[in-house]
Amino acid sequence: MSTAYPVPSDVSPVTVKNAASLLRIVALSLISGAAIASRLFAVVNFESIIHEFDPWFNYRATKVLAAKGFYEFWNWFDPTAWYPLGRVVGGTVYPGLMVTSGVIYNILHWLNLPVDIRNVCVLLAPGFSALTAWATYMFTKEMKDESAGLLAAAFIGIVPGYISRSVAGSYDNEAIAIFLLMFTFYCWIKALKQGSALFGTIAAVFYFYMVAAWGGYVFITNMIPLHALVLILMGRFSDRLYVAYSSWYAIGTLSSMQVPFVGFQPVSTSEHMGALGVFGLLQIVAFAQLVRTHVSSQQFQKLLVASVIAIGVLGASAFVFLTIKGKIAPWTGRFYSLWDTGYAKKYIPIIASVSEHQPTAWPSFFMDLQFLIFLFPAGVILCFRQLRDEHLFVIIYAVMASYFAGVMVRLMLTLTPVVCVASAVALSTLLDTYIDPTEPIPAEEDVDDSASVVTNGSSAANAPSTQTQSKKAKKAAAAAPPSKGPLGDLVAATVSSTSTKAGASSKPKGIFGIDARLVVILNTLAMLFFFVFHCTWVTSSAYSSPSVVLASQNPDGSQHIIDDFREAYYWLRQNTPEDAVVMSWWDYGYQIAGMADRPTLVDNNTWNNTHIATVGKAMSSSEEVAYPILRKHDVEYVLVIFGGLIGYSGDDINKFLWMVRIAQGVWPEEIQEPNYFTPQGEYRIDERASQAMKESLMYKMSYYRFAELFGGNPGTDRVRQQQVPKVGPTLDYLDEAFTSENWIVRIYQVKKEDPLGRDLKSANAFEQGKKRKRTKPAPRRRAII
Amino acid sequence: MPPKAARAQSATPVNAFHSLWKAYNDNTPDRLKFIDAFLLFLMLSGIVQFAYCILVTNFPYNAFLAGFSSNVGQFVLAASLRSQVNPDNRDEFKDVSPERAFADFALGSIVLHFFVYNYLG
Repeated sequence: MSTAYPVPSDVSPVTVKNAASLLRIVALSLISGAAIASRLFAVVNFESIIHEFDPWFNYRATKVLAAKGFYEFWNWFDPTAWYPLGRVVGGTVYPGLMVTSGVIYNILHWLNLPVDIRNVCVLLAPGFSALTAWATYMFTKEMKDESAGLLAAAFIGIVPGYISRSVAGSYDNEAIAIFLLMFTFYCWIKALKQGSALFGTIAAVFYFYMVAAWGGYVFITNMIPLHALVLILMGRFSDRLYVAYSSWYAIGTLSSMQVPFVGFQPVSTSEHMGALGVFGLLQIVAFAQLVRTHVSSQQFQKLLVASVIAIGVLGASAFVFLTIKGKIAPWTGRFYSLWDTGYAKKYIPIIASVSEHQPTAWPSFFMDLQFLIFLFPAGVILCFRQLRDEHLFVIIYAVMASYFAGVMVRLMLTLTPVVCVASAVALSTLLDTYIDPTEPIPAEEDVDDSASVVTNGSSAANAPSTQTQSKKAKKAAAAAPPSKGPLGDLVAATVSSTSTKAGASSKPKGIFGIDARLVVILNTLAMLFFFVFHCTWVTSSAYSSPSVVLASQNPDGSQHIIDDFREAYYWLRQNTPEDAVVMSWWDYGYQIAGMADRPTLVDNNTWNNTHIATVGKAMSSSEEVAYPILRKHDVEYVLVIFGGLIGYSGDDINKFLWMVRIAQGVWPEEIQEPNYFTPQGEYRIDERASQAMKESLMYKMSYYRFAELFGGNPGTDRVRQQQVPKVGPTLDYLDEAFTSENWIVRIYQVKKEDPLGRDLKSANAFEQGKKRKRTKPAPRRRAII
Repeated sequence: MPPKAARAQSATPVNAFHSLWKAYNDNTPDRLKFIDAFLLFLMLSGIVQFAYCILVTNFPYNAFLAGFSSNVGQFVLAASLRSQVNPDNRDEFKDVSPERAFADFALGSIVLHFFVYNYLG
């Protein structure tokens, strides 16, 4: 057989094997290094701190775990969150993340490496991203081979879609969840392939870990049953499927119920019923199969099939009946809004108010996945070409995750692994074809024709039976044009230009010569290089900025850091009594608790909608209405974020309409959204702002003394690009306590009741020497004279 | 499930059921029959627990769930073992020898019962 380029023939297979495994180890360690290093931009550029909002709670809980031990953490009741109510942390949290870093912390201390718990928390996500790369390697290895696995590991190591949630300092559940997701899937595939209860058990244990780590475990709970169901429906039921699924479900479900936050949900909510139903179906089908091996009567089989279907229908209707009766809880709003995308906006504004819950735009797919996004469909189609059981899994995963990522931005995270896997399969198939040195044999016979295709194609290694080869080749030929996508045309053009001698019908398929190979391989390499540059650029410019400090560039290129948040939080920490309750919008609850260490009214765990609506009502109504609410809740300080001076757009005035909407949901007759718009329906803060807007506590607190800053000149709000009124609002019930350097955080102190029993408005008016209105009688004054 | 399938069989002529029983008795090795006896016991125990839960009370619900899922889990693990060691399935389980299947079964049961005891409360 001729080859396109010289291949050394005197190397022993053992040497090749050893060299290959050495190369794999080196490649995987380099990939781990790249995965960790590319996540450190934020730490290197700024400092080693926790970013965002949610991670501050995780960090705080981890500190409790590290300082007081596991049982204290497990039974931790936090009286400072949700101030009058408190929060049972142990029962309302996924403890996997905290326990993981607690374990790492203790191991490091046992090794006499006294690392601060903060550094463990900051660097947990990069560490686990290296493990994710390894798990993806293992998973893809099951799909195709080691080379595809290495490509997939390299992709997921640096792909921005995953980096965005796992940079150093982003101490969130997703940091470890994606590793657990991939490893659970790997164990499941392995269990299914081997029919081994061992891997089913391991999958269940890692599923348990995943349940303890992330609310997204529901994705696994529905993916694996869906895979099993599709396998049954395609007539691919096997005892291996029975063994793998049963052992996973039986152990996994019981173990998932050990997490207090999950509780009885796996047996009582609709999200988990798919898994239970498929479990029941599998038992029936397995029993029917068993009976069939013992009896061969045709009529009996028919009856058996009928009874299986009848039992299935009966079971399904039992589920429906129980759901209608209310014994099985229906879908929760968070999951239901994935199917009915208008649901959250209409009924649960608090879900719709989170920016991550918006639909994804096209550019963000390209931004997060670059060229993987167009290799991804090719990879899925290549999975169809062979369609082993595990390929079905990738196909289902791809379809489901694509849908979810299209509905919700944050679910891009679950799409990213399958994109990496499918693209790696596609790209490695391409490289296999073009690196393979075998020249096709220019022959007329059909047999040679098909054989050459198979040896050149990706399926060469995995197509054992000669009987199916010609069928495969036909399928491959049919699938080739769409699978290659834009490259296919290029490939076809190159091939046709280089292979001049072949006829039309009996043209041998394959690649002739080294130039045709080089063109494609160099193109692929160029794409890979650009991918690396793109990923590094996106990571460094878009995803590596801590939200706690804001960075801006001076004209000379030097960095200017705006650190107002910590300035204000530390002011709270150092200048207020330890039990002073701080009210703010729920976004800042975790940060206040974490950095200022003060009790808060509401925080990012939005479990009590009414309480949040109370805060929304206080913020959006006038001082007279808000003051009793503040006093009733023992609020001493009110904190607002205001970006009008430096143009920080994520401030409370821009979130204000959500406060109004959430408050309106609970008190529809007191708070109405249209009142906050101008008669023309505009949302304005200048002179033309509506009366309700100008009187609202939020407006007053944001713009208090803002106009003075411009000293007589018309002041401009740089976020809204509107001129603020010359005469700013006055506050009677609150005192300005602290305003940070760039006016981002403004803290107000709630005044105590007037000692003389007047309402604070008239007391204030008296202080300022304003005359009482004539209409009011003033008998006491006369008595004093 | 076996009891429901039994109902389906009763609808067929008696000789079909009889031939099934006969075929089972003749073709099944003793080891598998032993496992089947264990499966039968587990099934009966599960039925009793479920009947108790339905008829009397489900009050310590976690205890019921732990007991019942210990039954179900042990049942499916034993059924897995049965299909893994079944000589008819030799070519389906190429990677799993009967010894390895038993070790898997033992490990799975240990993990299961760890969670069961943890959940009994």
